Amino acid sequence: MPIDKFTTLVTPAVPLPIENVDTDQIIPARFLKAVERKGFGDNLFRDWRYDKSNQPIADFVLNQPKYQGKILVAGKNFGSGSSREHAAWSIFDYGFRVVVSSFFADIFKNNALNNGLLPIQVSEEYLVKLFATIESNPAATFEVNLEKQTFTNNTTGETIAFEINPYKKQCLLNGQDDIDFLVSIQKEIASFESNKR
Amino acid sequence: MEAKTLFDKIWDAHVVHQVDGGPNVLYIDRHFIHEVTSPVAFLGLEKRGLKVYRPQQTTATPDHNVPTINQHLAIKDELSRNQLDTLSNNCEKHNISIYALNHKWHGIVHVVGPELGLTQPGMTIVCGDSHTSTHGAFGCVAFGIGTSEVEMVLASQCILQPKPKKMRIVVEGELKTGVTAKDIALYIISKISTSGGTGHFIEFGGSAIRSLSMEGRMTLCNMSIECGARGGMIAPDEKTFEYVKGREFAPKGADWDKAIEKWKELYTDVDAVFDSELLFWADDIEPMITYGTNPGMGIKITDKIPTGEDLKGTDRISFEKSLSYMGFKPGESILGKAVDYIFVGSCTNGRIEDLRAFASFVKGKKKADNITAWIVPGSKQVEQQAIKEGIVDILHEAGFEFRQPGCSACLAMNDDKIPAGKYAIATSNRNFEGRQGPGARTMLASPLVAAAAAVTGVITDPRTLM
Ligand code: SF4
Repeated sequence: MPIDKFTTLVTPAVPLPIENVDTDQIIPARFLKAVERKGFGDNLFRDWRYDKSNQPIADFVLNQPKYQGKILVAGKNFGSGSSREHAAWSIFDYGFRVVVSSFFADIFKNNALNNGLLPIQVSEEYLVKLFATIESNPAATFEVNLEKQTFTNNTTGETIAFEINPYKKQCLLNGQDDIDFLVSIQKEIASFESNKR
Repeated sequence: MEAKTLFDKIWDAHVVHQVDGGPNVLYIDRHFIHEVTSPVAFLGLEKRGLKVYRPQQTTATPDHNVPTINQHLAIKDELSRNQLDTLSNNCEKHNISIYALNHKWHGIVHVVGPELGLTQPGMTIVCGDSHTSTHGAFGCVAFGIGTSEVEMVLASQCILQPKPKKMRIVVEGELKTGVTAKDIALYIISKISTSGGTGHFIEFGGSAIRSLSMEGRMTLCNMSIECGARGGMIAPDEKTFEYVKGREFAPKGADWDKAIEKWKELYTDVDAVFDSELLFWADDIEPMITYGTNPGMGIKITDKIPTGEDLKGTDRISFEKSLSYMGFKPGESILGKAVDYIFVGSCTNGRIEDLRAFASFVKGKKKADNITAWIVPGSKQVEQQAIKEGIVDILHEAGFEFRQPGCSACLAMNDDKIPAGKYAIATSNRNFEGRQGPGARTMLASPLVAAAAAVTGVITDPRTLM
């Protein structure tokens, strides 16, 4: 699926101050039997969001109306575990466009970028401050500027720079994904094939 | 010429294009697909109005969701049935060969590829499944990919990949009796941990590795990703060529001679440099078993469960959590512990050699009464071979149930699940919490260790019964 163009974003954030959130928690294995990339958002953090009788668990952040926004701010080591891309899909499908953490698992980071979801890695200290800002004012907004690679806490005015692979950055800015790119060099691929034989 | 590793030789020969500041465009020779990670890739392709670029280079077989009994009947689970039907429809629509349930070549994707000769030395091979590393046993660059990447391969026969680092693991010496490729794998992971290979592609070498059969080499490469590596590989030799020769899709006649000539170039040059190198001695390896909830938590079967005294902070907490999940105490012996289930199968140890080893061990003995055992062939061909060789008769006489091919209890996505709290010795590759079913307690081991427990009902050193 071609990805959405990503330029700048100003939005509140949803806090998830938990460490080592693995892909099984993001989307449990029993939801991998789908054949469409649909409805994964409904099952995001399924077992934290709903109890055994499918009633929303009031405490969980996604069930608290005061928390809205397109940024998910999570604790250290986010997205470890299996390579299931369903994890990135469910976060994107729920409506998030950015995940902020102080460390991401490799495969999750790739899968996120392949799906138009921007992982932003920040320092431990900055993360602590982010959680504090959101806690004191759930409506506080943040600005993500991909072109400049900056993240701003609009409450404190503190701006930090973040890293992103230059190729992936271009893909996100242009709404172009790897498949568009690969199809665009199909001639080169075909000539590689004929040289190989 | 610059000295190159086996990995470099294959990788470099497959780079179509280098993206500025980005990854390599890597050409893929062989692509395998199964029912779980492919449907969304096909949907994506259709949304873009694209066709499969090289359908003859993709092969499909459903394995994760299939039942392993009564395969001639309709699948009861609606979602599983739907995933299988979707795979069949997609393959038909896009002209992709599929070995569906009941086809004579059906099976677990990583068992089917090699036995059909689709897996050949020097190839780049990918599949939306982490254990694609299995195919590295043939001297291939083979690794698992995500669904977006499956779509890339369908659309262009290429994927975008940064080149991983290289690691060499050498095992020298002669393996002791009762020690198998599975024990080498569990031993190495216990030494370097589940993250010891992160960011690397591993080449296995040394006399102990060369002495392994092709089946054994597949078992070892299969588990290379459990130490965090992208994949593992072994340089092809006469054994490799002998295995491939004459198989359904292997080159024939003059093509075979040409292929052999090329394959003989597939080795690491003497002066080639690895990013890291490790050496182990075969005579230090004993039959292994895991006691915890990741594949790195393995010990020699005669050893005691670690006390965890040297661990600190979060490591200590996760060690304790793991042991309490397993219901074990630090420092106790694992021998003699009661077992409830035995699972012999999976892409790690579901090949004919594994069934032979299990059967020759249990021959003339009887399954212990407290044990439920599932012996699951990795493919239809393995199943047929086991019938032909009389293995199935031996199993039945000893009181074991021989099932039909599929992933089975390896991941509990089908009907074969270990009940909560029960202990299982499994020849598969992951012992994560809940991997074989919610609350299931998995101990990974070789088919021999599984066989010893199957006849005694408790964890037993197979060498004491050999
Ligand atoms: S047998 Fe297990 S590890 Fe192998 S492909 Fe099937 S589920 Fe994956």
